[in-house]
Amino acid sequence: MRTSSLLVYLIALPLFSSALLLLLGRIADKWGHILATLITASTFVIGVYEFMKMHSQPSGSRAVTQKLFDWISVGTLKVDAALLLDQLSICFVLLITGVGTLIHIYSIAYMSHDKDRRRFFAFLNLFIAAMLLLVLGDSYLNLYVGWEGVGLASYLLIGFWNHNPTYAVASKKAFVANRVGDLGLSLAIMICFAQFGTVSFAGVKAGAHGASSAALAGIGAMLLLAACGKSAQFPLQSWLGDAMAGPTPVSALIHAATMVTAGVYLISRSNFIFDASSTARLLVVIVGAITLLFGAIIGTAKDDIKKALAASTMSQIGYMILATGLGPVGYAFAILHLLTHGFFKAGMFLGAGSVMHGMDDEVNMRKYGGLAKLMPITAVTFGLGYLAILGVPPFAGFYSKDKIIETAFNAGGIKGILLGGAALLGAAITAFYMTRLMVMTFIGAKRWKAGSHPHESPLLMTLPMILLAVGSVASGFLLSYGSALVHWLQPVVNSQSMEEGKPLMPALTVSLLALGVVVLGAFFAITKYRSVSDLAPEDVSIFTKAARKDLYQDLLNDKVFVEPGTLLTAGLVKTDDRVIDGFVRFVGNFLAATSDVLRKVQNGFVRSYALLMLAGLVITVIAVWVIGA
Amino acid sequence: MDISNYLYLSVILFTIGATGVLVRRNAIVIFMCIELMLNAANLALVTFSRVAGNLEGQVASFFTMVVAACEVVVGLAIIVTIYRSRRSASVDDASLLKN
Amino acid sequence: MNILSFVTLFPLLGVVALAFMPKTNTHQIKIVALGISIITMLLSFVMALKYKSPASGFAYVTSHPWVSSFHINYALGIDGLALVLILLTTVLVPIVVLGGWNESEGGRWSVKTFYMLILVLETFMIGVFAATDVFLFYVIFEAMLVPVYFLIGGFGTGERAAAALKFLLYSLFGGLLMLAAVIGIYIISAEQAIGSFDVTALSHLTIDHATQNWLFLGFFIAFAIKAPLWPFHTWLPGAAKAATPGTSILLLGVLDKVGTYGMIRFCLTLFPDATKTFAPYIIVLSVISVIYGAFLAIGQKNLNSLIAFTSISHFGFITLGIFAYTSQGLTGATFYMVNHGFSTAALFLVGGWMISRRKSAAIEDFGGLQRITPVMAWLFFVSGLSALALPGLSSFVCEFLVLLGTFTRYPVAAIIGTLGIVLAALYILILVQRTLHGPLKSGNESMTDLNLREKIAIAPVIAALVILGFYPKPALHVINPSTTSVMAQMNVTDPHVLAGK
Repeated sequence: MRTSSLLVYLIALPLFSSALLLLLGRIADKWGHILATLITASTFVIGVYEFMKMHSQPSGSRAVTQKLFDWISVGTLKVDAALLLDQLSICFVLLITGVGTLIHIYSIAYMSHDKDRRRFFAFLNLFIAAMLLLVLGDSYLNLYVGWEGVGLASYLLIGFWNHNPTYAVASKKAFVANRVGDLGLSLAIMICFAQFGTVSFAGVKAGAHGASSAALAGIGAMLLLAACGKSAQFPLQSWLGDAMAGPTPVSALIHAATMVTAGVYLISRSNFIFDASSTARLLVVIVGAITLLFGAIIGTAKDDIKKALAASTMSQIGYMILATGLGPVGYAFAILHLLTHGFFKAGMFLGAGSVMHGMDDEVNMRKYGGLAKLMPITAVTFGLGYLAILGVPPFAGFYSKDKIIETAFNAGGIKGILLGGAALLGAAITAFYMTRLMVMTFIGAKRWKAGSHPHESPLLMTLPMILLAVGSVASGFLLSYGSALVHWLQPVVNSQSMEEGKPLMPALTVSLLALGVVVLGAFFAITKYRSVSDLAPEDVSIFTKAARKDLYQDLLNDKVFVEPGTLLTAGLVKTDDRVIDGFVRFVGNFLAATSDVLRKVQNGFVRSYALLMLAGLVITVIAVWVIGA
Repeated sequence: MDISNYLYLSVILFTIGATGVLVRRNAIVIFMCIELMLNAANLALVTFSRVAGNLEGQVASFFTMVVAACEVVVGLAIIVTIYRSRRSASVDDASLLKN
Repeated sequence: MNILSFVTLFPLLGVVALAFMPKTNTHQIKIVALGISIITMLLSFVMALKYKSPASGFAYVTSHPWVSSFHINYALGIDGLALVLILLTTVLVPIVVLGGWNESEGGRWSVKTFYMLILVLETFMIGVFAATDVFLFYVIFEAMLVPVYFLIGGFGTGERAAAALKFLLYSLFGGLLMLAAVIGIYIISAEQAIGSFDVTALSHLTIDHATQNWLFLGFFIAFAIKAPLWPFHTWLPGAAKAATPGTSILLLGVLDKVGTYGMIRFCLTLFPDATKTFAPYIIVLSVISVIYGAFLAIGQKNLNSLIAFTSISHFGFITLGIFAYTSQGLTGATFYMVNHGFSTAALFLVGGWMISRRKSAAIEDFGGLQRITPVMAWLFFVSGLSALALPGLSSFVCEFLVLLGTFTRYPVAAIIGTLGIVLAALYILILVQRTLHGPLKSGNESMTDLNLREKIAIAPVIAALVILGFYPKPALHVINPSTTSVMAQMNVTDPHVLAGK
C-alpha cells in the first residue's frame, strides 16, 4: 500500500493551532481567528492534493497509509498510531476541511462581537483535528480517540456560552448521551479483540468470515449503538435539539454537516461486519426508519428555526442510516446523501445564522416573516438548500434521497414496502416542515419584535452561504454522474456487488412518486402557514403538542433514567453511611461498650482483686482436675 | 508416716489466711494473713519433702522465706508511706489508681 | 550502596537536615524540603534511565542480613512494576511540597514537623515498592501508617482526629491479618527448605490448596483495605475530607497503590491457585466498586469526598484488571496505578486551591468560576477529563486496556464495568457544571487565579497525562516484562482468540 507523509499534518496542524490559541491566551486575540482559518484552509489544500494523487491511481491501489508510531503494544494487542486515507475517508476529509473552511470564514464575521472569539476558533480547530482523526484512523481504537475528541469539541462548543445554565446543561446532556454511544463503541472494540485478536479495520475485515453470527450481530449492534449516540438516532436522539444552544456556525459544522454524520461513517467503514450479519442490518434499518420519521414529525411543530433544522438533520441522518442497512450499494447512497446533505444543511444553518444575525439573535420563526426582501442573498441561498432537501430535480437532494427511497423499496417483500413507505412518508413530511420554515421566515407578513432592523449579513458571511448553495445545486448531479461515487467507493464498500434483481418499481416511478408527495406536503404547508400568528396557538391537537415536546423523549429519559438514577444515588449514599460504615461503627461501638462493662471490674479495691485471683485459681485447679480426670 | 494431719493443718492455715485477706480491711492484718498463707505452703512443702525423702521441698521453703522477707520489707514500707500520707491503713481507702 | 538504596534513603538525609534547623525559619524549611525531594526525583530519573528490564527477577538487587536468625534481610530490588510506582512517588512528592506550599501552616505542630513527616513518608513509600523481602515489606507497610496518621491528625481540617484514627485502625486490622499470613508462609518455607522471606524464593514453594487460600486471604484483605476495595472503603472519604490536599495526594495517589501493588506482587505470584479460586469473587467486588463508587461520587456534596469516591471507582478498575490476569489487564492495571496517581493529584491540587480560596469544600458554594479564574477552571476541567478517561489522556489508555483484558476472560464483568465510563462522564460533568459554569455565585467574587508557583506545580502532572496518553510506550515498555513474568509465575496465558484467523 502506498504511504504518504502528509496525512499527519491534516490532524497535527489544526491540533497545534488549537493548542497555541488556548495556551497563548489573550495575546492571540487579534490574529487567532485568522490563523485558525488559514490552518483549516491549508488542511483543505492537503486534502485536495491527496485527492488528486489518489484520483490518478488505478482504482484498486488508491488507499494510502501513514504509520506514526507504536501506540499501544501489550501482549497480543498491537495498535499503531496509523492513518489510512482511502476512497471513503477522502470524501469525509474534503467535506470536513471544505465546509470547515467556509464555516471558519463565516464565523470570523458571525463571532466578531464576542470577546471570546479566539477561544471559539481554538475549539473549532480542535474539532477539525478530532474529526479528521476519526475518519483517518486505521483501527477502531484510533477512530475512538477521534470519536471522543469530537464529542469533547462538541461539548465545549455547545457550552460555549455556558454562563447560561441552560446551555451548560445542554452541553452536559450531549456529552453524556454521546458517552452512552461510546459505551457501544468500547464494547464493539472489546468483542472485536476477543474474537479476532486485533482492532484494526484490515484485521477485523480479514477475520470477519470466521466469527460466529452471534458475535457479528453483537459487534454490529454495539457499533449501531455508537452511531446512535453520535448521530442522534433513536433512542439516543434527545441531545441534538438542545445542542442548538451552541453558536450557529457550530450547529452548521458539527451538528449538521460533519460530526453527527460520523455514525454513518462508522457503519460504512464497518461494512464487512454488517454485510456478514443480517441481524445487525435489520437493526440498522429499523433505527434509521424510526429516526427519519421521528425527526420529521418533531420538525413540523418547532417554532425555533434552529431546532426545526436540528430535527431535520436527525431525520436526514435517519435516511443515511437506513441506506447503510440496505446492503452494499446502500453505503454509497448513504455517503452520497451525506455529502449533499453536508452542503445544503450547512448552507441552511448558516442562512439561519444570518437571519438571527439580522434579527438580534431571535430564533422564534413566529417573530420572522417577510425577510426575503431585506435579506435577498440569505433567502436565495436558503431557498436553494430548501429545494435540495426536498429532492426537487435537478438539485442535490434529488439524486441522493430518491436513490435511498428506491433502494428501500427494492429491499424486497414486506420489509421493502415498509421501509420504502417510511422513506416516502418522511419525504412528504420533510416537504411540509421545510416549506413551513421557508414560509414563516421569508414570506408573509412581518411579525418582528419592536426595534428589529433586519439587514443582510456582511460578505464574509454571505460568501460561504453562496458557495454552499452552489454545492446544494450541483453536488448531487456531479457525484452521481455516471454513478461516479458508487464506482469510486467500490473497493471499500463493495458497492457494486449487489446482483441486479428485478426492482419492485422502476426508478422513474419512484422519482415521480417522491416528487408527488413532496408537492403535496409543500402545498399543504403553504395553505396552512400563509398567515400565522406571532404567538404559538395553544388549542392544538394532541399530536402537535407531542411534537412540540419532542414526542416526550425527555420525559421518557427523565422517568426511565434520571429519576430512578437520582433515587438510586440518594439511596446508595444513605446505605454507604448507615449500612456499610454503620457496620464498621457498630464494631467500634460494640468494643467500646464491652470494655465499658469490663472496666467496672477494676474498682480499685485490693480485696476484690484478691477475690478475683482466688476465683481464677480455683477455676484453674478445677479445670486441671477435670481435664486430668 | 501419716501425712494427712500435716496437710490438714496446712489447708486450715491457708484457708484462714485467704479468708483474712479477703475480709479484713487493715493492711497490716492482710499482710499477716498473707504470711500465714505462705507459711501454710511452707508446711506442705516440708511435709512432702519428708515423705519423698529428699531436700528439694525444704529448699523451696527457704526460698519462700526469703521472698516473704523481701515482701515484708517492701510491703511494710509501702504501708507506712500510705499511713503517713492518708492517716489510715485501710486498703479500701487506697483506691486512688481507679480513676 | 547501590543507587536504589540511595534513592530510598536519600529523603532521610533531608529529615536529618531539617531536624537541625530552627522551627521558626519556615521558608527555609520549605526550600530544603523541596530541594531534597527534587534531588530524590532526579536520582530516581537517573535510576530509571539506566534501568534495563532483567531477564528474570529484579534489577538493582541489594541484600544485607537484618535479623539473621529468622533469615530476614534488608533486601531491595525493582522490576518494571516497582519502577513506575517509585517514579510516581518521587515525582509527586515535590509537586505536593510545591503545590501545598502553605498547607503546613496552622497545624497542631510546626511546619518543620510537617516536612519531616513528608520526607520520612517518601522513604517509606519508595522502600515499600523496592522491598523484595516480605518481612521488610510488612514492616514498612505498617510503619507508613505513622507519618500519615500524624499528617491527617495534626495538619488536617474538620474531624481530623477521628478520621486519622479510623484510617489507622482500619489499616492496623488489615496489617494484623497480613502479619499472620507472613508468619505462616515463613513457617511453610522453613518446613520445605531453609526458612526465607525472599519473595522470589517464596514463589517457588509448593503450598497445598487450603493453606494457599488462607494465606491469600490474609494478604488480600490487608491490600483490599489499603486499596480500598468495596466494602472496605469507608475510611477513605473521611480521611480525604479531613486531610490536606497534599496528604490526600500521597494517600490516594501513592499509599493506596501499595494495596494494588501488593496484590500483584504477593497475592498473584505467591498464591496462584488461590488467586484462580478467588478471582471470580474479587472480580464481582471490583465491578461493584466501579459502579458503586461512581454512584456515590454523583451523590456527594463535598468536593474532597467526591474525589475520594471517584478513586474508589478507579480502584475497582485496577483490581478488575489485576484479577482478570491477562496481559492487557495486568499491564493496564499497573499503568492505571500511575495514571490514577497523576489524575488524582491534579484533581486534589486544583480542588485544594479552590477550597483554600473559597474557604469551603461544599460543592454548592462554588459556581461560575470559569468567568473569573479561567486558568484554574481550565485545569480543573482537564483534570476532570482525565478522571473520565478521555482519549488522548493517559487514563484512557489504561482504562481501555483493563476493560479489554477483562473482557477476554470475564466478558460480563467487563460489560458492566464499561457502564462506569458513562457514570464517570456524569460525575465529572455535573461537578464541572456546578463549579465552573453558570452565573458567578455570590461568595466567589474575590477569587484569584493561580499564581506562578501553583502553575509550575501542576504543569508536570498535566504534561504527564497528555504525553503518556499520546505516547504510552515508555511506560508500557517497562511494565510489559513484569506482566509477562507475573503471568509466567502464575502459569497462565491469555485466552485464545475466538474466531480463527
